[in-house]
Amino acid sequence: MLKINNLHASIEDKAILKGINLEVKAGEVHAIMGPNGSGKSTLASVIAGKEEYEVTEGNILLEGEDIDELAAEERAHKGVFLSFQYPVEIPGVSVTNFMKTAINETRKAKGLEDMPAKDMLKMIREKSELLEIDRKFLSRSLNEGFSGGEKKRNEIFQMAMLEPKLAILDETDSGLDIDALRIVANGVNKLKSKDNAVIVITHYQRLLDHIVPDFVHVLYNGKIVKSGGKELAHELEAKGYDWIKEEVDA
Amino acid sequence: MSKYTEDDLREELKTKEYEYGFFTDIESETFPIGLNEDIVRAISKKKEEPEWMTEWRLDAFKVWKEMTEPEWANVHYKKPDFQAIAYYSAPVAVDPNKTLDDVDPDLLAMYKKLGISVDEQKKMNNVAMDIVVDSVSVATTFKKTLSEKGIIFMSISEAIKEHPELVRKYIGTIVPTKDNFYAALNSAVFSDGSFCYIPKGVKCPMELSTYFRINQGGTGQFERTLLIADEGSYVSYLEGCTAPSRDENQLHAAVVELIAMDDAEIKYSTVQNWYPGNAEGKGGVYNFVTKRGLCEKNAKISWTQVETGSAVTWKYPSCILKGDNSVGEFYSIAVTNNYQQADTGTKMIHLGKNTKSTIISKGISAGKSQNSYRGLVQIGSRADNARNFSQCDSLLMGNECGAHTFPYIEAKNKSAMIEHEATTSKIGEDQIFYCNQRGIDTEKAIALIVNGFSKDVLNKLPMEFAVEAQKLLEISLEGSVG
Repeated sequence: MLKINNLHASIEDKAILKGINLEVKAGEVHAIMGPNGSGKSTLASVIAGKEEYEVTEGNILLEGEDIDELAAEERAHKGVFLSFQYPVEIPGVSVTNFMKTAINETRKAKGLEDMPAKDMLKMIREKSELLEIDRKFLSRSLNEGFSGGEKKRNEIFQMAMLEPKLAILDETDSGLDIDALRIVANGVNKLKSKDNAVIVITHYQRLLDHIVPDFVHVLYNGKIVKSGGKELAHELEAKGYDWIKEEVDA
Repeated sequence: MSKYTEDDLREELKTKEYEYGFFTDIESETFPIGLNEDIVRAISKKKEEPEWMTEWRLDAFKVWKEMTEPEWANVHYKKPDFQAIAYYSAPVAVDPNKTLDDVDPDLLAMYKKLGISVDEQKKMNNVAMDIVVDSVSVATTFKKTLSEKGIIFMSISEAIKEHPELVRKYIGTIVPTKDNFYAALNSAVFSDGSFCYIPKGVKCPMELSTYFRINQGGTGQFERTLLIADEGSYVSYLEGCTAPSRDENQLHAAVVELIAMDDAEIKYSTVQNWYPGNAEGKGGVYNFVTKRGLCEKNAKISWTQVETGSAVTWKYPSCILKGDNSVGEFYSIAVTNNYQQADTGTKMIHLGKNTKSTIISKGISAGKSQNSYRGLVQIGSRADNARNFSQCDSLLMGNECGAHTFPYIEAKNKSAMIEHEATTSKIGEDQIFYCNQRGIDTEKAIALIVNGFSKDVLNKLPMEFAVEAQKLLEISLEGSVG
């Protein structure tokens, strides 16, 4: 599904990612953990194709295709989805209208007609039920005045609507209370299949109790310094990151 | 990773030609250039006007000669040479008895190109239109349905002949000839326009629509619109403009007068898309418009405008809230791109008791353009319990454009309540990336954000106009970015 080879990336000539290697297969869930400033969100942005970041070395393959030269929207059309840590507000644009535009633009890119209104409605109904979203919520302006939890739930709702191959959840657990966390995690679990993959970026074990990873990677100073199974997350929760830093810096 | 840089955008902006920039070759009859009493008389004679109208024009011309162009607006341009303009141009093929079938096929083809074919409009929108091409009305539709209700809807030239008592009674009462330089000029030389009268208690059953268009190169167009809603009546009037691409600047100085008598309501909507000039700021229409409405007791006037065109816009649709409990509204979207300049807003003059006004202005600036909101809220000493709410939002795209707000408030009554809110925002790269990530390209993302920003005003437009207006917003901003 996703193969990252020796990826180096920088912003304004400052190197952030310094040789990332990662392979994610269909059906897998990978967690990326690490202390603040280690490059987790940068990795998410670079995979999604944010222009401010420059890839200086290495490449990113999605289903064997080098996506390095593709614009962000083209990557999205190929099934890359990023759940943002800080979703932006777009005043006056309803969640429904935004989703309709996103879905139809993606269909257009694939040479398909717009989705018929009744199919769209049916899909919205199903997916909003899945995430326990009140229908009234869908007519509100995108993220405007949303609580932290509503924003994150809305991100996962969008993921459900767009049915991506590769979903990257960037600190989706931050700002969520325990009930919202459960709903979001349940949503993600229901959307998981043998044909798609999920990368969960998080600081804490807590989300991983609900979305159980197949692999856990520790990112530190722009590199993956340790990989393991789900027990690694428990170890990090108990011991913190200092022992890893010491290991690497030694 | 592909980059979409400022340079790419600039390149794209350059290649973006005016969508409706074509010139239809219709044989025209044009007066010699320049303006003097003889030309004013000739216009009046050509239109077979009665003596009083000729005199009225001549008086206006005398007033105009003594006036100078206003310079207070936040716009900079080379002043037109008023002696280098032809003041009358009519497509010669016109016969007043013509039906639509007889209309010059070139002309109809032109409307098709604009997406406003008369046939389509008639069928789909149930809209009666009085079309002004250059100066003479060439087609009037739905006249019969309207006349059954006693509604008069015709060109002002016809109205001067057929309903002189009405025209004579009201013309120049809301916008006096000496009101301002351009109003005086218009009064002297107005070529044509629309006249509408809704009788007492009649709700006009359809949206009335007029499409204005400058066609003949180097010909100024001076429309005059007079709309009277008698007691308890209702009318919704749509006005849309597009102009073909011409190199020299074209002057457009219109006057619109609205009269809403006791308990009457007028909704006046405009989509303005005159040629804005090219990417280097060459050419484009100068649009100096005076629009004003008078509200008697319990009457209501709503102005809604979407302004995307013209090189220079100078326009302040206003309401005089004379009657007690009368209501004035102004909803505006003004888009400027490249080198366009707009200075637009409204005046709400509260004279009666319990009068209310609402102003919602959305300015969108891109390229190197300058976009100003200028508004006056005036509360007279006898206007007890007057209320005003104003909201002025500006959206900026790029670093070379400007947004300005000039709100004036004059309150002479202590019971007045006036609220003013203003915001300025920029389309952020984060917003664009968010949309990109969801599969929406930058061009579409901007359209989406701009439409969201403008929604409060777009919602005020009649349905068929709202769709057209949204399209226009997208066309006007193609190739711009935050």
